Amino acid sequence: MNIGKFNLRNLGRAATLALLLTSQFSWAQEAPAPNVAAVETPTPAPTEAKKEDPGAAPAQFTQGLLDQIGGAKVALDTLWTLVAAMLVFFMNLGFASVESGLCRAKNTVTILAKNFIVFAASSIAFLVIGWGLMFGDGNPFFGTEGLWFVGGADNSPAVGDAYKGVYSSINWTGVPLWTKFFFQLVFAGTAATIISGAVAERIKFSAFYVFSFVMVALIYPVVGHWIWGGGWLAKLGMFDFAGSTVVHSVGGWAALTGAMVLGPRIGKYNREGKVVPIPGHSIAMATIGVFVLWFGWFGFNPGSTMAADAGAIGRIAVATNTAAAAAAISASITAWLLLGKPDLTMILNGALAGLVAITAPCAFVSVPSSLVIGLIAGVLVVISVLFFDKIKIDDPVGATSVHLVCGVFGTLCVGLFAQDHFTPNTTGNGLFFGGGPKLLFAQLAGVAGVGAFVLISSLIVWKIIDATLGVRVSADEEIEGLDIGEHGNVAYPDFVSTTSGTSRSYMGGGGSSVIQHVPQTAPVFATEGGKS
Amino acid sequence: MKMIEAIVKPFKLDEVKEALTKAGIQGMTVEEVKGFGRQKGHTELYRGAEYSVDFLPKVKIQILATDDLATKVVEVITDSAKTGKIGDGKIFVSSVEEVIRIRTGEKGADAI
Repeated sequence: MNIGKFNLRNLGRAATLALLLTSQFSWAQEAPAPNVAAVETPTPAPTEAKKEDPGAAPAQFTQGLLDQIGGAKVALDTLWTLVAAMLVFFMNLGFASVESGLCRAKNTVTILAKNFIVFAASSIAFLVIGWGLMFGDGNPFFGTEGLWFVGGADNSPAVGDAYKGVYSSINWTGVPLWTKFFFQLVFAGTAATIISGAVAERIKFSAFYVFSFVMVALIYPVVGHWIWGGGWLAKLGMFDFAGSTVVHSVGGWAALTGAMVLGPRIGKYNREGKVVPIPGHSIAMATIGVFVLWFGWFGFNPGSTMAADAGAIGRIAVATNTAAAAAAISASITAWLLLGKPDLTMILNGALAGLVAITAPCAFVSVPSSLVIGLIAGVLVVISVLFFDKIKIDDPVGATSVHLVCGVFGTLCVGLFAQDHFTPNTTGNGLFFGGGPKLLFAQLAGVAGVGAFVLISSLIVWKIIDATLGVRVSADEEIEGLDIGEHGNVAYPDFVSTTSGTSRSYMGGGGSSVIQHVPQTAPVFATEGGKS
Repeated sequence: MKMIEAIVKPFKLDEVKEALTKAGIQGMTVEEVKGFGRQKGHTELYRGAEYSVDFLPKVKIQILATDDLATKVVEVITDSAKTGKIGDGKIFVSSVEEVIRIRTGEKGADAI
């Protein structure tokens, strides 16, 4: 970069100007265009320069220098947005680890495969049409322009009035188009991968494969358009900063319908109607997964500013962390009180519940509010896990409790806890801060509208897949384990699995060791020297 | 020849093995098993669903001994595996028809 007279003084001035410019820009994911000073017309401050530098030649505020300052801002914003997106990408590892850890060893390959392929499918589906439907200009329900391969006219990183293109709904962020795309892509991937947990241990790989494509090509982008793409919910004044509704409840609703269409795992609910535990094979892996997700969420929430907004991203990160921590604690206490012991799987779900719940409000609420939101979410998720088992919806990992229930809750929290001064002239104040119920009603409309749409559309898609490919594996395959049936792989060929198809007890017990999961080709370590 | 099968608590395995080798036993086979006797289990919860912990991890040691050594082996195992608490395990002694060493083809007492 050619800065002309490159010395510390000029760099200092450039930094000052950059800071002045940065503070002008809004950064909520769904904010309408506020008063924004476009990059090309900044307000120079020559007197300030003279004060800093008595005796030296006056600074040349050429257009060139100003362009470079603007370019530095774009670069900084892009850097932050991309790094945050990479953190969110990494969450796919978290999902894979949590889900496989909370399920049986004989299904490890298929669960990992689902979590892996779903991101690949999401990447392509969102590239081909998802982005266009979500952010393309169009009608209040879906985009119609620039649909295919992110190919619409676009002059990003121009913002606001300076923007000329067909993705106007996302013209508020001053980063280039592919950065916007990549950031949004990893969010789409997150929504799709949520589903794989609820349908685990009995879904056909092919069925999930197809559903993933449809999810990210159609269902997710349509909802996204309503809230982040300038659609009817955005116009209604509904706010979802980083996606409690757009990402988590959408994934949650589809997970719910998937679990409903599939039915429970064999042996999960016995003839007397009792709930039978089917423990995961590696709580260690599940814990690693939740840590990874928590880490990734520091990209998910603060990254949704899509700008290196120093004033906001630290606060959002702290709100995110506070909610997670509070929820983990309240979940641990709730489990302790309700179940007698602090079940770690419940505590893990608790942390995730807090993270999901704070996702919508994180930019609009105070840190103390995030504490309260987290505390409630932790209680909610434990009760929800027990509830879904009560109504015989088998969710091996608690995906519906974490993402659907707490996604809805987090969305409503915007209507309760929002404070106008965090993002002036966007959300206004929520119910608890003197804003009345207006915002809450908008949030409720969002929850209801999205719920109805995803419930119905995902149900239809599952039903179509069931009628054509079939969604559920055979009973024999389910008992043997999907790893061999679906993939011809064995996750742990060195180990003989002695859990039966329907576990009634563990911790050194296995009910009746009916099924021996003996590897097809046991590894042979030949030692030529005769040492056996 | 006698087959002596002893089911003992897993943490006692090393002690039993040491005692047996000191007593002159030159080989054994060990398996990880689960079981219960009169030591009752208890119920636990996993994500709110109740399950009973009946089976406990144990270790099964198999030793082949000549008739004259069998009593000594039982004694050694009993002494080294005992904790005095419930769940110490059991020893089964049965007769064995034939023993063959695979490498050499030796049979009977020579194969032990």
